[in-house]
Amino acid sequence: MNFTPSDWAAIRLTLELATLATALLILFGTPVAWWLAHTKSRLKPLVTSLVAMPLVLPPSVIGFYLLVFMGPNGPLGHLTQSLGLGTLPFTFTGLLVASCIYSTPFVVQPLHNAFEAIDDRMYEAAATLRAGPIDRFFSVAVPLAKPGFLTAAVLGFAHTVGEFGVVLMIGGNIPDKTRVVSVQIYDYVEALEYGEAHRLAAVMLIFAFVVLFLLYTFNPTRKKAA
Amino acid sequence: MIEADFTLSLPGFELEARLELPIHGVTALFGPSGSGKSTLLRCLAGLSRPQRGRLVVNGEVWQDEGCFLPPHKRPVGMVFQDAALFPHLNVRQNLDYGAGRAKRGGKTKNVPKADDLIDLLGIGHLLDRRTGMLSGGEKQRVAIARALFSSPELLLLDEPLAALDGARKGELLLYLDQLHRQLDIPVVYVSHAPEEVARLADHIVQLKEGRVQNFGPVMGIFPYLQQPQTHEEGVFTLLAGTIELHDSNDHLTQVSVGEHRLWVRYIDRPVGSPMRLRLLARDVSLSLDPGARESSILNTLRAEVAGVEETAPGRALVRLALRDGPELLSRITTRSARNLKLEIGQTIYAQIKGVAPLE
Repeated sequence: MNFTPSDWAAIRLTLELATLATALLILFGTPVAWWLAHTKSRLKPLVTSLVAMPLVLPPSVIGFYLLVFMGPNGPLGHLTQSLGLGTLPFTFTGLLVASCIYSTPFVVQPLHNAFEAIDDRMYEAAATLRAGPIDRFFSVAVPLAKPGFLTAAVLGFAHTVGEFGVVLMIGGNIPDKTRVVSVQIYDYVEALEYGEAHRLAAVMLIFAFVVLFLLYTFNPTRKKAA
Repeated sequence: MIEADFTLSLPGFELEARLELPIHGVTALFGPSGSGKSTLLRCLAGLSRPQRGRLVVNGEVWQDEGCFLPPHKRPVGMVFQDAALFPHLNVRQNLDYGAGRAKRGGKTKNVPKADDLIDLLGIGHLLDRRTGMLSGGEKQRVAIARALFSSPELLLLDEPLAALDGARKGELLLYLDQLHRQLDIPVVYVSHAPEEVARLADHIVQLKEGRVQNFGPVMGIFPYLQQPQTHEEGVFTLLAGTIELHDSNDHLTQVSVGEHRLWVRYIDRPVGSPMRLRLLARDVSLSLDPGARESSILNTLRAEVAGVEETAPGRALVRLALRDGPELLSRITTRSARNLKLEIGQTIYAQIKGVAPLE
């Protein structure tokens, strides 16, 4: 494949974005999923709905509100400006924040299902074998939810790689900063450079298929966990 | 000594139990389903938290007003009905889970020797297996070993036989019996099956609708716990005996119960071994005449009538006192009772048609 330097930059940026977003989502999504799986709070339907919102909203709507929210007159914009950080739209950080929000359900839902599928007896047995709450989480919940973690990471990563609408709304099209592969393809098509578009689009197509194929091949217990 | 006093309200159920359990031997929590025996066990383990409660084990306060020791800080071993082995670990790793944590917690007393325990429970060949590949009986044996590996001061068993079929039940009972004899750890055992209790328990706590109805050593009070009206056919007496001698010609074994001797079918255990005997009330007939020589009956005991109770129309349950202690129950018809003119204190001969050794 003879990619242009700007293609390579877009690929590198996309992988960087997806890796960081996945790591952040696992880090912050796990406690949310754990809470959802165990809470008896009346807030549960509210949180579940919020988490699922990106599934049903058009990316342009999410992108629009994030743009307003993070913009110079938005609440988060005010905060970042007063901290001397400038505003987030049209920066890599802004893109990362948006990606995390956009991909949240793809990480939280598999984790939530995986945690919920674990029999409470496992924790009780662990407790009577002298394992404290944190110990129980890492020695029982995490290994038993491993298929859920794998699914969450793969879907979170793949979904971030594949996003387009949100990026366009708040990231724009700045080379090396916010121009990810999906936007690069869009640019090629706009410029009627179909050959270049094909190269990148084929890579995305193969990537998506291989990722899903591996996931469903090597994660057979997923069905049980979900 | 374990002193417990729990009050726990759940929707549709209330547990109000106050009891003192001995710290030796097997105590059975016995009662129908829904009587609160499992809940009581969970309160002992700290898995359920009663609204009001006090629990003192060997002088250590585990729970009192403003104090609740969480389950992972209580030196208990618990065996669940369905074993609850960790599916992501193999057998050896399951065993090590509690052992390692107990060691790090500095609790090393009561540690049974690992190899002995593995031998005793017959799980040596299973150590490298995944838990999903085990049979029900094997799972329970691993679960028992896992609980004991955490060097508990108290072993709690929640109907460990309930999920097993008949043959596996008998097999696990054998293992439990051996454990009971070889380890000096108090056991609290939840069961609704009189046969299990008869076989294993030293003490019994009878629960009904969340309340303690009876408590005492199993030999004495057991016959009265079975509610003769409801278990018309199955009422039995339990006797604790010792193997006295074997008669290999006739394939019989003699068991002594106090000063009394009973012949039972041959039991492959050395002379001197303890042996419990179960005598169904309906297998005990009464006669005024000791001359059972011309009869197929092998065992005739001299007794005094201690009570007669009509438990169903036409059916009577007779309590018989043997010399030096144990009591027997005999189920006869009220007509027979009338014909024999049974009176309290009267001497009578109990002809025992069948004795089941509980091995």
